[in-house]
Amino acid sequence: MKISVKKMMMGAVALMSAVALAGCATSTASSKGNESKGNTIKIGMNMELSGAAAGYGAQMKQGFQLAVKQINAAGGIKVNGKKMKIETVIRDNKSTTSGSASVAAQLAGSDGVSAIVGPATTNDGTAAIPNITKAQVASVSPSATDPDYTLQKNGKVQPYVFRACFENNFQGETAAHFADNTLKAKRVAILEDNSSDYGTGLAKAFKKAFSGTIVSQQSFQEGDKDFNALLTAIKDKQIDAIYAPGYYSEVGLIIKQARAAGITVPIVGSDGMADPKLAEIAGDANASDIYYTTPFSSKAGATNKLAKTFMTDFKKEYSTEAPTFSALAYDSVLMIKQAIESANSTNSVKIAKALAKIKKMPAVTGEMTVNAHHDPEKPIMIEELKAGKVVSASEQK
Amino acid sequence: MQTFFQQVINGLSLGSIYALLALGYTMVYGIIKLINFAHGDIYMIGAFWGYYVINQYHVDFGVALVSAMAVSAILGMVIEYLAYRPLRHSPRITALITAIGVSYFLENGMSFLFGANTRNFPQVIGQARYTFFGVTITNIQLLIVAVALVLMVGLQLIVQHTRMGTAMRAVAVDQEAAELVGIDPNHIISFTFGLGSALAGAAGVLIGLYYNSIDPLMGMVPGIKAFVAAVVGGIGSIPGAAIGGFLIGLLETFVQAIGLSAYKDAAVYIVLIIILIVLPAGLLGKNVKEKV
Repeated sequence: MKISVKKMMMGAVALMSAVALAGCATSTASSKGNESKGNTIKIGMNMELSGAAAGYGAQMKQGFQLAVKQINAAGGIKVNGKKMKIETVIRDNKSTTSGSASVAAQLAGSDGVSAIVGPATTNDGTAAIPNITKAQVASVSPSATDPDYTLQKNGKVQPYVFRACFENNFQGETAAHFADNTLKAKRVAILEDNSSDYGTGLAKAFKKAFSGTIVSQQSFQEGDKDFNALLTAIKDKQIDAIYAPGYYSEVGLIIKQARAAGITVPIVGSDGMADPKLAEIAGDANASDIYYTTPFSSKAGATNKLAKTFMTDFKKEYSTEAPTFSALAYDSVLMIKQAIESANSTNSVKIAKALAKIKKMPAVTGEMTVNAHHDPEKPIMIEELKAGKVVSASEQK
Repeated sequence: MQTFFQQVINGLSLGSIYALLALGYTMVYGIIKLINFAHGDIYMIGAFWGYYVINQYHVDFGVALVSAMAVSAILGMVIEYLAYRPLRHSPRITALITAIGVSYFLENGMSFLFGANTRNFPQVIGQARYTFFGVTITNIQLLIVAVALVLMVGLQLIVQHTRMGTAMRAVAVDQEAAELVGIDPNHIISFTFGLGSALAGAAGVLIGLYYNSIDPLMGMVPGIKAFVAAVVGGIGSIPGAAIGGFLIGLLETFVQAIGLSAYKDAAVYIVLIIILIVLPAGLLGKNVKEKV
C-alpha cells in the first residue's frame, strides 16, 4: 500500500514537473540521466546479499568495497580537473527478481546514482533492465553470463547493460576445445546445474562445440548435496572426462563423491568453480585432475601486476584468498571509473556511452575491451588443480 | 547388478537422513497437529553447532553429535515456548504460518550473523572404503545408517516403554483427558519438541560429516522432502516416518539412476500427490486411527 501511494505521488510530481517544463523546452535536454550534485560520485550496488545467491553476493560486495576504498584512498576519480570521492549505496535484492527490479528503481531514482554494479545472476539482472533503462543509468554485472543478457529481443544491444564476465558460449566452447585437443577425450558425461541459466547455457555451448560423443547428460539443482546416484549411473559408461558446469558449492561435492566412488577421469568445469573453497569442500586429496575455464587465475600475479596487488590487498583486508567473483566485482568498479574519467562527467548517460568504448583497460581479470555486444573481450585461462592446489594456468586461444 | 546394489546403498544412506528428519515432523504433528516447517532449519543449526565445536574445541565426533543433539533439543523447546505456545488455542493456520516465519527467521538470521557462504565441515573421521562383491560402501555411510537406526530404536523405546512416552501418547490422543488424569500437556509438548529437534540435530551433524558442506539454507529442501516422507509413511506414525524416509531416499536415487535426474524432485512430489489421493492416511496411517 505504502509503495503504491509513493508511486502515485511520484507520478503526480512527474506530471506536474512535465507541465512546468513544457514552458521552457530548452532545459529538458540536459536533465537526462543522473548526475552527481555534490563533491562525491554515487555508485550503487544491486546485489544478492540474502537468499539463495547470497554466498556469491557477499564475495562481490567485498570486491566492490575494496575497489571503492582504494580509489578513495588515492583521492577519488578525476572529473573536470577535480578529484571526486565515491559514495556507495549498497542495496540487497534478496536474490529475487522483484527485489532486483525495485532496488534498481530505488538506486536509479531516489538514490540518484551515476552507475550501478550488479546484480549477480542473469535472472535478477534481466529484471532490473527496464528500470535502469528508463532512468538511463548503466549497470555492470560482475557475473551475469547468459549470452542474451546484454541484448534486446530484436538483437540490438541494451544501451545500459554491461558485464565484466565472459558470456556462456565463449566459456563452453573453450572447455569443449580443451576436452577435444588437450584431454583428447572421446566420451564425455555432462552434469549440469539446471537451476540456473549459467549451468544450462554452458552445457548447451559445450555440447555444440564438442566433437566427441556425449555419453550421458544429467542435471542437478543448486543446493543439492547428494550426487552418488548420478555418479554411480555414469561410472560404467567408459567416460574419458566429465563436464560439470556449475558453482563450487555443488561441483566441490561432485568431485568429492566422484573420487570416493572410484571415478578418476578428469573433471572439467567453468569459472563458478574458481574459488579456493572448491578444494576445501572436495578435500585436497580428491581435487586432482580438475580443470576449469576462468578469467581470473591466482597464478595470474606472475604476468599481471594489477592482479598481484589485488590479491595481496584482498588478503590483507579480508584475510582470505581472493575468489573470482570478488575479482570480477572489483573490475566492474574499475570499468565504471574508467568510463567516468574518459567521459569526464558524472552524468549517467555519458558514463554508459563511455563504458561501451572501453578499450584495452588494464584489469585484475586481464586487459579488457568492451565489444559491440557489451561483452568484455579478455584472455581466458584454464586452471588445473592437483591435490587441491592450482598447479598451472594456461591461456587458451 | 552391482550398480543396482550400489544404488541401494546410496538410497539407504540418503533415506536415513530423511527418516531422522521425518520423525521430528511426525511426532510434533501427532501431538499438537502442527506441521513444524522450522524443523529443517533446526537440522541446519545442528550441523552448524557440530561445525563450531569441532573447529573451536577440537572435540571428537561423538561429543559433537551428542552436544548438537542437546543444543538442538533446547532450541526446539525454546521455539515452542516462544513461538507456538502463545498460539496454542489459535486456529491451526495461524500456527502454521508462524512455523514458516520461524523457518525464515532461522535461515536469514544465520546468513546475517555468519554469512551465507558454503563452508566445509571438519572431517573428524577419515574416510575408508570397503568393497564387497564390487559394491562400495564407506565407513561414513555405515555410520549414518547405524546412528539413524540406533536413534530410531531408542525413540521407539522412549515412546512405548517410559512414563514420558505414555504421557506423550495420552496427550496425542486427547489433550483434555490427559490433563484430567494429571498430565501437564505443556511439559509433554515441550518434551516432544526437544526429542524431535534432537534427532534433527543429529541428522545435521551426520550430513555435515557425510557431504562435507553446510550452509544456512541447507535445511530447506531436505525439510520439505522429510515432510513428504512423514506424509507418505502416515503423518503421526513413528514407524511410518522411518519407512517413509527410506522410501523417499530410494525413490530419489532410482529416479536419478534411470537417467531422469532432472525430475528427481518432481518424482518426490508426484508421490506425495498420489499418496494424498489414494491413501490419504499414509502407509501406516491406519495404526494411528486404531490407537485412537
